[in-house]
This record gives sequence, structure tokens and C-alpha cells, in this order.
Amino acid sequence: MVGRAVSARDLVLGRLRAALAGGAHTPVEVPRDYRHEGTLDLDQLVERLTDYRAHVHRVAEAAVADTIADILPAGGTVVVPPGLPPAWLPPTVTALSDDGLDNARIGAADAVVTGAAVAVAETGTVVLDGSPDQGRRVLSLLPDRHVCVLRADQVVATVPEALARLTPQRPLTWISGPSATSDIELIRVEGVHGPRKLHVILVP
Amino acid sequence: MNRPTFLGMPATAPPGVGHLRGDESFPAAARRSLADPQLRRNLRHATTTIRAKSAGVIAESPDWEQLRAAGAAIKADTLNRLPELLEQLEAKVIEAGGVVHWAADAVQANQIVTDLVRAAGADRVIKVKSMATQEIGLNEALHAAGVTAVETDLAELIVQLGDDRPSHILVPAIHRNRAEIREIFLREMPGVDPALTADPSALAAAARRYLRETFLSTPVAVSGANFAVAETGTLAVVESEGNGRMCLTLPRTLITLMGVEKVVPTWRDLEVFLQLLPRASTGERMNPYTSMWTGVTPGDGPQAFHLVLLDNGRGAVLADEVGRQALRCIRCSACLNVCPVYERAGGHAYGSVYPGPIGAVLSPQLTGVDDNASLPYASTLCGACYDACPVQINIPEVLVHLRAEAVDARRRPTAESIAMAAAAYTMDHPRLYEAAQRASRLSRVAGRRGRGLPPPLNGWTASRDLPDPPTETFREWWAAR
Amino acid sequence: MRIALFVTCLADTMFPQAATATVRLLERLGHEVVFPPDQTCCGQMHINTGYPSDAVPLVRRHVRVFDPYDVIVAPSGSCVGAVRHQHATVARRAGDASLTSRAESVAARTYELSELLVDVLGVTDVGAYFPHRVTYHPTCHSLRMLRVGDRPPTLLRAVRGLDLVELPAQEQCCGFGGTFAVKNAETSTAMLADKMRHVLSTGADVCTASDASCLLHIGGGLSRLRTGVRTVHLAEILASTEHEPAVRG
Ligand code: SF4
Repeated sequence: MVGRAVSARDLVLGRLRAALAGGAHTPVEVPRDYRHEGTLDLDQLVERLTDYRAHVHRVAEAAVADTIADILPAGGTVVVPPGLPPAWLPPTVTALSDDGLDNARIGAADAVVTGAAVAVAETGTVVLDGSPDQGRRVLSLLPDRHVCVLRADQVVATVPEALARLTPQRPLTWISGPSATSDIELIRVEGVHGPRKLHVILVP
Repeated sequence: MNRPTFLGMPATAPPGVGHLRGDESFPAAARRSLADPQLRRNLRHATTTIRAKSAGVIAESPDWEQLRAAGAAIKADTLNRLPELLEQLEAKVIEAGGVVHWAADAVQANQIVTDLVRAAGADRVIKVKSMATQEIGLNEALHAAGVTAVETDLAELIVQLGDDRPSHILVPAIHRNRAEIREIFLREMPGVDPALTADPSALAAAARRYLRETFLSTPVAVSGANFAVAETGTLAVVESEGNGRMCLTLPRTLITLMGVEKVVPTWRDLEVFLQLLPRASTGERMNPYTSMWTGVTPGDGPQAFHLVLLDNGRGAVLADEVGRQALRCIRCSACLNVCPVYERAGGHAYGSVYPGPIGAVLSPQLTGVDDNASLPYASTLCGACYDACPVQINIPEVLVHLRAEAVDARRRPTAESIAMAAAAYTMDHPRLYEAAQRASRLSRVAGRRGRGLPPPLNGWTASRDLPDPPTETFREWWAAR
Repeated sequence: MRIALFVTCLADTMFPQAATATVRLLERLGHEVVFPPDQTCCGQMHINTGYPSDAVPLVRRHVRVFDPYDVIVAPSGSCVGAVRHQHATVARRAGDASLTSRAESVAARTYELSELLVDVLGVTDVGAYFPHRVTYHPTCHSLRMLRVGDRPPTLLRAVRGLDLVELPAQEQCCGFGGTFAVKNAETSTAMLADKMRHVLSTGADVCTASDASCLLHIGGGLSRLRTGVRTVHLAEILASTEHEPAVRG
């Protein structure tokens, strides 16, 4: 094959095709008889979030601001995504609305407050999708404390139900408890690089 | 139009680059680990703990077996259609603003990544744990080009600072206990508090302080990927500490390197793997963080995204109809945690970055069985790995298959092959077989209880007695009835 | 019922008491045992060591010898595993389609002893008497290739006088693994040491299993350490009665 430079792409694809050539491939039927839906149980969500050391607060929507006031020190600074409902924030904290805040300011804040896209009860997971009430990914990453306000109608029982509700093209962050490691003697330690505290406020 | 024969046959991973080959055979390397009581205690503690955790959350899933079957089938289907799925993935990533690169082997992949880092004007990259980048020896290649690669996963950091090698897929520093880790940090971590204690949360906090500034100031990150969805172009990274989120969010440029087998056909397929992986791997219902991204999101995260698709011997694995199933692996490490050989010999004994049962079937296939000839024998074929594997890879079947390949690859007869042929001949001739039985009874050459046997049979009698041959074989008893 | 005994080369040569016990037990239960004399070895060692071609004549012999029988029993989970899960593969690899289908057919009629008793003959109390403290090691191939599950302990629990104590970490391999014990002798020994530690921790005076190979391995280690714990095949315990106790060691 003198004189013809083969691109790496053609080489890789050609090799893979050659590897599959010859064998007769009966199409594989994927059995999908696993559970797709479960019975929604908000208590289960609370129990599983708590099991992974998230703090859960179940309050009426009108009481969100008061709950946040209890969680955060008075006079603290809070990063908020641009579309966060203003009524959620107590007057005791200083809100830094994200209009392109630099990382240093985000990291120096005491907390971030976001909404959520979906939550999974069986696994104790909250998913953020970058909607206006959740904001850029960095907002929920650098502050040491993440307060996430979740509506009961955003909760599903199982992982398949959650994926069905999400839009793949959005940047997605699945969060199950605070940052953790088990790298030292398999002992779970909360809080390595992400927020060391996760509060979930569950409203009906 | 591709012409496979023109473009060459599947090739194994090239030697001299990366970490797929050990310097010594498995038994020789295992001997050292076995002689280290601290290592054995660390390994036993870690594998026992993780086995129990995993069993607990698997028992919670009433449809675990259905999920395993689905996971295995999705991966088998993927492998059957790998070229077209990769082309689909490529198109979707480009559509979403990413750039796709293809690397036939480790040398090409290292070059691609190095060039991208240079083009971004960086002399430092942050890395989130990735088996593929270890496989190709990316850190060494970057170092040679004057680029520092900082491992940000706590265990990888321990390994990197300790100038050590990873010994487990999921918990690379599983062979180190807290006291050893404290010593490494005190010795090697710039700016560490000299009053650092060996408390795991103090050690984790030290890593947090050390890495925070690095995360914020490094313009390029290199990651692996757990899954890539062909249908949507979405990449997924599953992690615990948040270092992955840092790397995937903060830098201007993100380079993701993945083996070609990491692609899955559809978005929906993630519903299976996101249930299988955490439960089989860390023994959690869900790992703390999973990040998913599709190309570039304007105003959020890296604004330049490069995906490098790596072959490096995978085509050769794919060409083997029995061995191919090893490419289903989702790197959960469940097979390591249940393996009685891994638990005693440790990860370093396997020579390659892929230790344990999956390493024993994957490494020899990626390199060609000649280069890792002792690995297919590093198993008792007890089958615990097959039971534990969330994608039902029949590891014992592949091991036995590779043993036959290892034997076939030897061009000359060996003492073993001659003995095997002789034994088969004897067993196929009942008269000879009966004569051999009588001879074994008469033989006292071995001395009392076989203690005087020559090598390699003295491997048995170093620690075990051979029973005295019975006075009468079964067939003699039967004939005399 | 007429039952063909597949004695296995190891039991025939090194552990005949497991095979004679199988015969006595089945005859006591009123069955006819036949021993096809042309049988030798199932070829498992060849297959598992990487010599499947050398195993082809042995598979052919095994299939020819046992094809005439409706029910075949072996006192070894490992050899039944080879017949059931490997013979057809070896035949297929050799490109012999008719041998493949005959091997599959023989495999479907081949049972490990506890499977034969519980599933085919429908007995769990075989009328045995064995007044000892016993711990049971579920060998890997019985456990995971054959999935004999709780058949052996169920049979043991019905034995009069027998005190069954659970073996800690019982599902862990004893480290035998055929040629593994020689090729990776140090790792094998480390596994055996843990297995023996667990056996000794039960306080049992007898360790039983349904595989002669693993029993030889564990027994070899226990003997070297002069522990006084005996290894006795499951068949020997089940064949044992007040009048004909299993005598050994
Ligand atoms: S082979 Fe199976 S069990 Fe082992 S790491 Fe891969 S997916 Fe997990």
C-alpha cells in the first residue's frame, strides 16, 4: 500500500471491521425485564439521602426561606443561579446572583442554593441539569455547602424513570450525598473536593 | 468505503509503551506480595469490607439478575456493531461542538494528547482517574514532553506521591494503610501540615487543600469515560470525591480518552449500567457524583472538548470470538474483590494496569498471549469472578481458552506438553492406565508422603502431604467383588 | 434403577474409598450399579491446562463408554462439571459435530452424587449413621459450575449422630485448582492455610466435601500440620451405618 497514508480513523475502523468479519452475528436481543417503575415512596428518598449523610428538611414551600436561614449562618454569602425563586432566600444572607461570577468568588461563598431537575428515591440521588434555577455546574461545586430545594413532583422511584425525564444534551450532575472517598482502608470519609455538606429541602 | 484486508488485520498493543506488561511472571511477582504480611492484611481487610458492602446493596435489588442479563446483552450487541456505533458517536460529538480523534495504539494516543496540551499552551494538566490513560502510559509521555500530569483522585494521588504503582482498579492504593499514607503525605506533599494525623478524614482534608489551587489554575484536564452514548454523543464519568467534577467543569479544555469498547448504543442503556456499576463496584446504591456532558455547553464548563478513541489491541480482542467478552468489562472491580488469588497475591503481581481476574483475561489478549503468558494460569478457575461480574463475563471460560492459546503459541514441545501428551495417551489405553496405577502404588521413590519429589512437583509437597497410595484401586476392588 | 458409575481417575487411583462408598450407598438404596471398565479420565486436567486437543480422544472415549446408560453418577463435582460444561466445547473446537451432540447428550444424563440422590432418586435421608462433628466445604465446581446448592448439607443433616458445623468463609476456594497448585504453589498454599484455619476454627473432627481432589488438597495440608482432623468424602459419610462405619485414618 505504497503511497497511500491511511488515517488513524480508517485504520481503527478497518481493524474493527476485520475483527468482526467472518463470524456470523445473530443480532443480540436485549432482555429488558428488569424493573422500569417502582412505587414512589418519599420516605425512602429521605431515608436513603440520610443514609449517605445528606441533611433532609421536609417543609412547606413557604417555609423554605426560614429553613435556609436556620441552615446558614446569618450574614453569610450565598451563590444563587439566576433563575432561583427569590422567595426561597432569607433576608439574613447575602445573595450573589450568578452573572458570570469568577471561580474565586464562588469558592469563597458559604453556600450555594439551587433547585433540582429530578430525584431518585431508591438511590437517594438528586440530579441537576443546568436549568435557570440550577445554573452552571461550577456553582454547586466550589462552595462548601450545597442547599438543594426539591419539589415532591420531581421525585421518581427508579433510575430508569429518572433517565426518561432527563434531556441528554444538557450537562447533568447526579448527586448522591456529599462528596466522599473510601480510598483509605475503605473507610468512608465525607467531603473531599466537592461540597462537604449537602442539604436537601423537600417541599410538597 | 473501508477495505478491511487492505487496512490490515487487528493488531495487539505495541510493546515498549504503556503498562500492559510486567517485568516478571505472575508466580515470581506474587511471591513478593505473599511474603509481605502488612500487604496481606491490608488486602484482606479491604476486599472483605467491600464484598460485604456490595452484597448488601445487591440484595436490595430484586431485579439484579435481570439487570446483569441486560447489561451483558447490551455490551454483546455493542461489540457486534462496534464500528457503526463509533461512527455514530463521532458524528454526535462533532454535532455538539466536540472534536474526535482516533488512536490506533498507545503511541498515537499519547501523541494526540500531548499535541492538544501543547496547543492549549499548558505545561500542567489535571487528571481524573482513568484506566485507559494508565494503560498507554500517558503521564510518562506528558512528562517527557515537559508537561506535569497531576492525579487528582485521592488514591491515585497517594500512588503518584509515593512513586508507586496502582494495585486495584477502583481503590488503587488498596495496598496502603493509613499510617503508610500519612508518611507519604508528610514526605511528598508540598505545604503539608507537619502535625498531620493518620485519621482518614484528616488525610482527605490534606488532599483537598493541596489540590484546590491546582484545580482552579490548570487550564487543561484529561479524563477517561465510563460510558459514551452513540445515540446522543453523551459522555459519562462516575466518581465519588468530586475531583472528577472539578476536572470536567473548571478547565478551559477537556480531553477525554476512552477505549473504543466504552460506547453504548442508546441513552436508555445507561439505566442498566447506572444501577449495575455502583452496586458491583463501591457497594453503594449510587456513587456520590456522576457527570454527563454532550460536546460543549456554551457558558458552562470547558469550551473546548476533545474525545480520543483508543484501539491499542482492542481490535485483536474483538477478533477472538471467545475472548471478546472481556471487552464488555465496565471496570467495576467486583471480580478482584471476590478473587481468592487477588486477595493473596495483590494487584502488582499481575504486572499490567489491569489486575485481578479481568486483568488475567484482558492483558494477555491486548498484548498477545506470548507477552503475558503466565496470567491465564493465575487462577484456580473457582468461578467466583463470573458470579460477581455485573456483565456476566465468563472469566474462567476465557482463561481456559487463553491457556490453550498460550500452549499453541509455544513453538517447541516442553516438558509439560510431552507429559500431557503422554498422560492423554495412557488414559486412552486402559491397559497402560492400569499399569500406571500399579506403578504409582509401587513408587516409593518420592519418599515418605511425597516429600522428596523433584521440581515442579515439590511445589505441592512443600506444604502438603501426598497421601500414601491406597493398597487397592477402585477397579481392583470392583473386579474382586 | 440401573446407574453407571463414572469413578473418575483420581478416585479410582488415589481415593477409591469415595467410589466404593458410592457403590455401597446406591446398592443399599436398592439400585443396580454398573462399572463400565473401559472408562479412564474425563480429560479435565488437559482441558484446564491448555491441551484441549489432547483431551479429544479422552472425550471420545468417555462418550463412547457412557452413551449406553440412562443415568450416570460420579462422586466428583469437578469431573461432572467438566463433562457438563467442557466436553461439548472440546468436541466443537475439534470440529466434530456428531461428537458434540453426543457429548451434550451424555452430559445431560450425568449427575454428581448429591444431585442424583436428591433430584433423581428423591431421597434426602439415606439412612446413614456417622457420629462425628463434621464441617462441609462446598467445592468451587460443585458450588458454582453445578450449583448443587444445599443438597449436600441437606443430606448431611439427615445423617444420624452427625453434628454439622458451618465452615466460615466456606465459599472461598481451597487453592487446589489442578495444576494451579503446582504452577502457583505459593499462592495456593496461602489459600490452603486460610481454608485450614477456618476448618480448625469449627472444632470439627471431620471435614467433608464432594470432590476427591479438594479433599486430597485440604487433607494433605491438615496431615502436614498433624491437626488430627480427617478428610472424608461425602459418599463415605452417606454410606456409613452402625454396621458398616466409614473407617479411615
Ligand atoms: S470483568 Fe466484570 S467484575 Fe471484573 S471489573 Fe469487569 S465488569 Fe467488573
